[in-house]
Amino acid sequence: MTSLIPTSAPDFSDIASQHLRDPAWSRRLTGAIVALLILWPMFEWTEFKIWTLWGPESLKQTGNFLASFFPPKLSNDFLIQVAHETWRTVAMATVGITLAIVLAVPFAVIAVRVLSLSALTGRMQFLPSAVREIVRAILIILRSVPELIWALIFVRVVGLGPTSGVLAIALTYAGMLGKVYAEILESGDPSNSQALMRNGAGRLQTLFYALLPQNADELTSYTIYRWECAIRSSAVLGFVGAGGLGQMMDASLKMFNGSEVLTILIVFLLLVWCSDLVSAWLRKFLS
Amino acid sequence: MKIDLERVSVRHPPTLSRRGEVLSDVSLAVASGEKIAIIGPSGAGKTSLLHVLACAQQPSEGRLLLNDHDPWTLSNAKLKDLRGQLFLAPQIAPLVPRQRVVTSVLAGRLPQLSLLQSVRNLIYPTNLQAVHDALARFDLAEKLFERVDRLSGGERQRVGLARVMISSAQLLLIDEPLSALDPQRGDQALASLCQMAHDRQATLIATLHHVEMALKFFPRIIGLAQGNVQFDLPVAQVTPALLTELYRNQTEVDHAFDAVQTAGDTIARPAFAPACR
Repeated sequence: MTSLIPTSAPDFSDIASQHLRDPAWSRRLTGAIVALLILWPMFEWTEFKIWTLWGPESLKQTGNFLASFFPPKLSNDFLIQVAHETWRTVAMATVGITLAIVLAVPFAVIAVRVLSLSALTGRMQFLPSAVREIVRAILIILRSVPELIWALIFVRVVGLGPTSGVLAIALTYAGMLGKVYAEILESGDPSNSQALMRNGAGRLQTLFYALLPQNADELTSYTIYRWECAIRSSAVLGFVGAGGLGQMMDASLKMFNGSEVLTILIVFLLLVWCSDLVSAWLRKFLS
Repeated sequence: MKIDLERVSVRHPPTLSRRGEVLSDVSLAVASGEKIAIIGPSGAGKTSLLHVLACAQQPSEGRLLLNDHDPWTLSNAKLKDLRGQLFLAPQIAPLVPRQRVVTSVLAGRLPQLSLLQSVRNLIYPTNLQAVHDALARFDLAEKLFERVDRLSGGERQRVGLARVMISSAQLLLIDEPLSALDPQRGDQALASLCQMAHDRQATLIATLHHVEMALKFFPRIIGLAQGNVQFDLPVAQVTPALLTELYRNQTEVDHAFDAVQTAGDTIARPAFAPACR
């Protein structure tokens, strides 16, 4: 075969392989190495030694602890009490997230760069960009304080009970929702909203006619996911006296009543599972 | 709307040298109610020129006057009002996939509606008849309540044109209105656009890939190549030689060749569409 090719002919396969090298390759390689170099010390600093979990001593302890949970407590009185507190937890999460949405939406709408009329033709003007930065800072403050701390503050202000839980969820989640709403609205293709604003539509009109319909399912599924998170975090808030399933679990743990804890954990599982179903159903309904 | 473009140049933001210029030293005077086609090879700056006219792109040099006012010296509120009087229709119709056709078309009327009215239109569309009529001009009346993502590419493009129809803009800037349409639909679409512009005395400027369509429907033709105006003539004075020159050194040789042939035909026996003249 080789004799058929004239010796003076250039070696095309070699040229091709030189010219057709993926230019992104070296950048990707560097990125991967840098990521490893950053991650490795972090595992060291956190003393992350997963194998200790399988040590014979720890296995025994874990086994004992879990064994004390069985069987779940299913007496009528207790179940009625659990149902009551479950309802209270769901209500706390739902009211909290509703307030959070009410707070987050205006913040998100102000923060979204896509809806800037002045940015339509290049650089955003000073005042609007300053307002956006301020709103972003407020959102950072709201979500950087953990809901547990907000709850501790509100328990002192409004007393023990779900109200402080609701307020804590509302504030932290407003910060999260506002930030992520703004990011979702900015992530899509801006050409639809640009076209409307270039033809003289207002910012809110553009929001209603382009941005919201374009991103509706992402916004919904994120909100529902956050609602699920709020249910879990309202459980944690119970530990500082904000009521609901968490407060119940706190009491059971303090009494070393494993079977009660197990029942409550099962209820949590069911709650999260249900919210997953609701979210799937809503997304299907929307599209 | 009357337009004056005085020695306008546009550069892409990162480059400040002359080499990055998309438009260089373009001057134009357009009287109110004129109908103009901009032709030229890909990358000639046709879309950039439309963007400058639509106040979507500020000229790097030179000046744009719309009805004798420089839009870039206006306050934000005045500029928004001015934008409400012009309509830039991008080549790919900016339609939200999950929206219904009726809402997408009504969006063309937003500048004339208050926020409250526009929200009410989302709950129950108030001006169904007008939307229906606008769609009917493009044979799409039966798609009124259809969702946009169920439409074909050509249908979407025509929905985009129906949006132009329902706006009350005085300056219509249409980018490649025929890119997804077959010749027959293209004819119908251009005829409707011209008729509408004529009815409301609006200025119509369209970029067109199909030279023969430009020559058939538009009384004034601007040839653009490499960011420069090569010619700006009444259609009767556009010769095949000019067109060959315009498309020279381009990859689209076939297209240019077609164009020249058709151009020769058209000029030999000017069977002009009545809508525009």
